[in-house]
Amino acid sequence: MRAILAFASLRRHPMRTLLAVLGLAIAAALLIDMVMLATGMRASFRSLLTSRGYELRVTPRGTLPFDTEATVGSASALVESLRAHPDIERVSPSLGSTVQAQRADRARSAFVLGTQPDLQGEYTVVNGRAPLGTDTLPREVIVNAVFLTALGATLGDTITMSTGRSAQLRLSGTPTRVVIVGEGRFLYVPPGLPALSAPLAAVQAFLGHAGRDRISLAMASVRADTSSATANAERTEVVRLWIEKTHARVTAISTETAIVQVEERLAYFRQLAIILGALSLLIGVLLVTTLVSLSVNERLGELAVLRAIGVPRSGVLQQIMLEGFMLGMAGILLGLGLGLVTAQWLNAILRDFPGLPADLDFFVWSAEAAWKSLAMLLVASTVAGALPAWRASQMRVAQALREEAIG
Amino acid sequence: MSATPLLEAYDVTRRYRTGESDVHALRGVSLTINRGEFVAIVGASGSGKSTLLHLLGAVDTPDSGRVVFEGRDISTLSDADATRLRLLRVGLVFQRFYLMPTLSALENVSLPMAEAGLGKTERRARATTLLSFVGLGERTSHRPTQLSGGEQQRVAVARALANQPALLLADEPTGELDAATGAALIALLQQLNADGLTCVLVTHDAALARSARRVITMRDGRIVSDEQSSESIA
Repeated sequence: MRAILAFASLRRHPMRTLLAVLGLAIAAALLIDMVMLATGMRASFRSLLTSRGYELRVTPRGTLPFDTEATVGSASALVESLRAHPDIERVSPSLGSTVQAQRADRARSAFVLGTQPDLQGEYTVVNGRAPLGTDTLPREVIVNAVFLTALGATLGDTITMSTGRSAQLRLSGTPTRVVIVGEGRFLYVPPGLPALSAPLAAVQAFLGHAGRDRISLAMASVRADTSSATANAERTEVVRLWIEKTHARVTAISTETAIVQVEERLAYFRQLAIILGALSLLIGVLLVTTLVSLSVNERLGELAVLRAIGVPRSGVLQQIMLEGFMLGMAGILLGLGLGLVTAQWLNAILRDFPGLPADLDFFVWSAEAAWKSLAMLLVASTVAGALPAWRASQMRVAQALREEAIG
Repeated sequence: MSATPLLEAYDVTRRYRTGESDVHALRGVSLTINRGEFVAIVGASGSGKSTLLHLLGAVDTPDSGRVVFEGRDISTLSDADATRLRLLRVGLVFQRFYLMPTLSALENVSLPMAEAGLGKTERRARATTLLSFVGLGERTSHRPTQLSGGEQQRVAVARALANQPALLLADEPTGELDAATGAALIALLQQLNADGLTCVLVTHDAALARSARRVITMRDGRIVSDEQSSESIA
């Protein structure tokens, strides 16, 4: 009966209740988006880094993977040394550079990646196949969808690839013709950037002096320690330190280190998300308190009569708190849908942010985080009704009836 | 009619503040109401009649004196006990009806029964019977806004009877009704009294006062007359 009465009270002013629910829905949507943002980037980045099973990234000293044009020389020796380490299971070297790609009258600058197709962890084949290995000039390439669109090309087309002439980078500008044999999804390439990949040796040969026995990155997979995750992490750290000690020219970054670095860079983002989330919670509480207070003040006489006919204080308290709960529940259900839609929309906008991997998500659905935050809002909205509910339950019945009779 | 006392008030006083001033609403009121009586309390505004009604119905407590209901001193009851007493033993009817506007007549009448812990089926059956008794058997699903003033007050009476109280207290029950509707309500109350229910009414309505067997007149917080009405029907 209390629920019926609470629902009936809310139905009495449908427009006011609807507006309050919409307000709560917006607060809930904002809260869930902020929770998804605060926890999502970390989860997404971790998933991105670990998706291909490499725990260590070896780059030219002081750089992040493909952050600069810097490369490491004597790459074969470095890779061999890494592969010789007993705790390193496999190593995938790669070399990145910028090339000019042309098909018919269309030409675009593109990111070229030399990898060992059987070991690489930079792309996944979507259509066709990976290019076959060769240690002369590249004959086959795999490209991303942006590349195909930019050049109006399809699988099987032949394109011309050339380096730009640069005395500083010792690029010869020699053109070579290659066949597109596959379409791939490049995990670490920013959105909107045309990208192609060929076998490492072929790209090294193609880049001439600038690419000779050089790599931009080597990804290493550490042999798993099955005893525990901690032991695994410790082993990875030991290998990482060994690499940096043995090869002074490089920096070894573990997945954990990378996540910490990214978290440091995104700390303000997370703080902003937490502050906005807390604000949305506060807005929800204030909204419910205001609405329920207004509603209680309007029907003090009615509540006094309820008390007079035998409804106990606890009954009035429960009924009014139920109103807050119902408002919160309706707002949360609506807000959940609204939050997911806006998160998707905002994610699409943020994924176009220049310089970030296209596969990095800012808003990641975490059922646990979402339900926790929404439960918090539900509790907050219920508690928000507590103050007006308590005031109503403590009213002096005779006095309220007397004032009502005079009023 | 039995002469067993149902309600007794002994030298009851009640004072409250309105704004800056103290109002001496009751100044030592004593009375006894027996089971089965039909009593009208009359008097000018501010004479203390509604305050007395609240004390008799355990809605309020006196500053001094005692109110005894069914042999039990109710002037010192805890809020929870007083609430329980009102729920189960006292029926209250107000001038402005105070029905829950978004509930049907049936739900309004069921409300005190739900509070008393009756099951849904029993509540529904009893509420239907009560609404039929007050002449609204065909309007059980109507909301208060779909009912006339007289019909709403009848629903309020049915609600007051929900838990089969020993006492019906009504504060200006015809105050918002026209003469014809008021007369119908008076007839209903007389019928309830004839069935054995003790009724105490506060009223300005001369017709309603005349219908009572006993009329208590109040002035300045005191009972100035307590008479058996010669015009009462019963």
